[in-house]
Amino acid sequence: MYYLHIVTLLALVISLLVNRKKTLKAARIALKRFLAILPAFLIMLILVSVVLFLLPDKLITQYLGSENILTGVLCGSLFGSITLMPGFIAFPLCGILLKKGVLYMVLSAFTTTLMMVGVLSFPIEKAYFGTKVTILRNSLSFLTALVVAVMTGVFFGEIF
Amino acid sequence: MKRTDIMKIVLISCYFLFIAISFFLKFNPGKEIGQNFSSFSVDMVKVLPCAFLLIGLFEVWVKRETVERHFGEKSGIRGYVWAVLLAGTIVGPLYVALPVAHSLYRKGARLSVIFTYIGASAICRIPMTIFEASFLGIKFTMIRLLVSIPLVIVSSIVLGNYLVGSDYEIMEGK
Repeated sequence: MYYLHIVTLLALVISLLVNRKKTLKAARIALKRFLAILPAFLIMLILVSVVLFLLPDKLITQYLGSENILTGVLCGSLFGSITLMPGFIAFPLCGILLKKGVLYMVLSAFTTTLMMVGVLSFPIEKAYFGTKVTILRNSLSFLTALVVAVMTGVFFGEIF
Repeated sequence: MKRTDIMKIVLISCYFLFIAISFFLKFNPGKEIGQNFSSFSVDMVKVLPCAFLLIGLFEVWVKRETVERHFGEKSGIRGYVWAVLLAGTIVGPLYVALPVAHSLYRKGARLSVIFTYIGASAICRIPMTIFEASFLGIKFTMIRLLVSIPLVIVSSIVLGNYLVGSDYEIMEGK
């Protein structure tokens, strides 16, 4: 995370040194853009807080470890799509699941949808790209994640 | 004010009222939801100011022609390569990539490149990929990247071409 802060700070300092006026204008643009999208962010946070309450880690672990490959992959991709968790929580969780015997392809379905499909970030994506595109992009991403999961399964010898 | 705006304000106020009452009455589910909200808000407060400042600087300093040349209609295959590389170095999840993508589009990037950027920023951010490989192994990460990047590019081209054919207009970000 610090990496982003360092880059921003460096960029700001350089920009200030080169041209103060332009930098101030940049800050104003930043504020304006941020305030415009803030309601969508609030709604997303509200959705996240409720969904995480309804779907705790324990439940996710229980469903992903299912004996049936199909159920596992489907649950993985569904949980991945509707939850939103930062990588520094998701990957350690996957590491634990792996040790418990959860298949690579299930984890692949889970992490890929987690990153690419955002049901909860729908309010934000809609504000920028509209409802139709948001639905199309997320559906395509979901399919992509399923293909990635199947390929992972093939390479790890979990299917065929 | 539009009706949807009023709806949003009502929804948001009801939520906070519910959280406040839950804390007051020690209603556990409500308290837990409130704690989820605050921990995620902290995450966002750490990332969002930087992301939007960088967007502001980008809009002020980067010329439209530059974006058009590298990400626009005539950029050809290079546009996708740039989009993947740019996405790889950026930090932050989908909700950071979206405003950046919007900004790029306003400066003249083409739609299929924008979607490639969003998809790639989800799957191949370098710091996250390193983290992933350390928990799930390098083989897992390599398979995931090699399968998903081409798929992301292909589906972005399909989606972009479809939208260009249907006179799609991007929103203002509100």
